[in-house]
Amino acid sequence: MIWNPNKECMSRDEMHALQSRRLQKLVNYVYHNVPFYRNKMQEMDLSPEDIKSIDDIVKLPFTTKQDLRDNYPYGLQAAPPSEIVRVHASSGTTGNPTIVGYTRKDLAVWSEVMARCLTAYGITRNDTFSVSYGYGLFTGGLGAHYGVENLGATVIPTSTGNTEKHIRLIRDLKITGIACTPSYALYLAETLDKMGLTKDDISLRIGAFGAEPWTENMRKEIEERLGLKGYNLYGLSEIMGPGVSHECECQNGSHICEDHFYPEIINPETLEQLPYGTQGELVFTTLTKEGMPVLRYRTKDLCTLMDGVCDCGRTEVRMGRIMGRSDDMLIIRGINVFPSQVESVILECNEFEPQYMLIVDRVNNLDTLQVQVELRKDFFSADVGGMLALKKRLADKLKSVLSISADVRLMEPGSIERSQGKSKRVIDNRKL
Amino acid sequence: MTIKQLSIFLENKTGRINELTKILGKHGINMQAFSMAETSDFGILRLIVDDVERAVEVLRNESFAVMLTDVVHICCPNVAGSLSEILEHLAQNDIFIEYMYAFADGDKANVIIMPNDIEKCMAELKKCTCDINTL
Ligand SMILES: [Zn+2]
Repeated sequence: MIWNPNKECMSRDEMHALQSRRLQKLVNYVYHNVPFYRNKMQEMDLSPEDIKSIDDIVKLPFTTKQDLRDNYPYGLQAAPPSEIVRVHASSGTTGNPTIVGYTRKDLAVWSEVMARCLTAYGITRNDTFSVSYGYGLFTGGLGAHYGVENLGATVIPTSTGNTEKHIRLIRDLKITGIACTPSYALYLAETLDKMGLTKDDISLRIGAFGAEPWTENMRKEIEERLGLKGYNLYGLSEIMGPGVSHECECQNGSHICEDHFYPEIINPETLEQLPYGTQGELVFTTLTKEGMPVLRYRTKDLCTLMDGVCDCGRTEVRMGRIMGRSDDMLIIRGINVFPSQVESVILECNEFEPQYMLIVDRVNNLDTLQVQVELRKDFFSADVGGMLALKKRLADKLKSVLSISADVRLMEPGSIERSQGKSKRVIDNRKL
Repeated sequence: MTIKQLSIFLENKTGRINELTKILGKHGINMQAFSMAETSDFGILRLIVDDVERAVEVLRNESFAVMLTDVVHICCPNVAGSLSEILEHLAQNDIFIEYMYAFADGDKANVIIMPNDIEKCMAELKKCTCDINTL
């Protein structure tokens, strides 16, 4: 099903024209309302009249997370305070959080794009849908919530927290859809197990997972254990929140709601725009945002873009799986290591729980990587030699994928801390 | 007849054995013998208890990775040379011992043996000066 075929299936020419009009309007708007962008454009000797079509976007300046922090709290806000009806903040692990204000129209666009996502997954007004992203300053909870309401399904605002109670609600209210982080979905599956229930006791059929990178293997695992079909839901609070892009039934990349969020892929070093099909850093421009619009925001997410009409009928550009974030990328002994690489290796091995922790340290000027994994109960053998062999097999696989060796630590099942929001997978003890 | 030994996977972490013994104590399960095989990051605790089934149930409920292993439990006189005589006999008959542990109890010594070939080991032990316990 398609929520808004007029936009989602628009011809490429019409989309180009629409994006061009919207970009011109946006550039005029920020030039006259956000000193940060006016100054940047003046420094580049650029005036709003120089932007004649969406292709001129390459002339525009970039925006980084640091720019948002430097202009804390409201420096990049374009709309007057009286027009702002809601504020979200993204979790800043270091420094200032990022504050994003939304106008009433921004919220309407947000629930529109969220409804597009949910419809693409197969959610209809007959579904009962649990929003299990955190509600609050984080955009996940409320963003998904208003999308479900807009679509007309019944929303159960469970947020995160009491997981056993949540499972009872899933069972008793016959909840059919859920939005949460993939790691929370796995935690739900474990709790279900612990309560002596199985996927046959619940009616979940569709899951919208996002807010952290995940892998195909993780998807299979969640689908099998919860008895649902899992779809990718992508978004980031600096752009809007969840709803920036979504998978469809074809699951061949995620369709970007391109009439609102214009995507580009750039080379993170030279900042040059790259053609479709090339991996690089994903960049978004918010074409219609009023509260805090951004020009060419650098997401740090590494992926590729794909064009061409999808079998589902949508014409929008699709983004491939996020191959990592350039900022959670670890450089260990000079090698780029993404936690997602470790994750996919662990998920390929039945002997381990899908939980892991990377501990990076520096001993005698040499970086060390320790990978902690939980042994699955059924794979425990009383024979020390067998266990050491198991450990070595994982270490060998990691070595072949990461190109550096890792010290594997076998942990007891259930001993790695489970998270309900974005999970913390890396502890970097290096003092650099 | 062999007896069941509990093998439990443990991380090398302070207090972990203490937690385990506390759980068994709370449920009134008595430990009769144990030994620990350890590596740099994990250990396997080998344990003989009076109520095997309940111990497995209780520990699994507490998320421990537990499994049962068949081992041989013999009882020989607690005098110098008696164990040596038995081991000598096993060695001569090509029985390899993967691990063993023992505890003395008055004039008797209890020995738990994990041989490479249980059947053959049992048969040979019948020819030695010892009792084979079946608990
Ligand atoms: Zn599609």
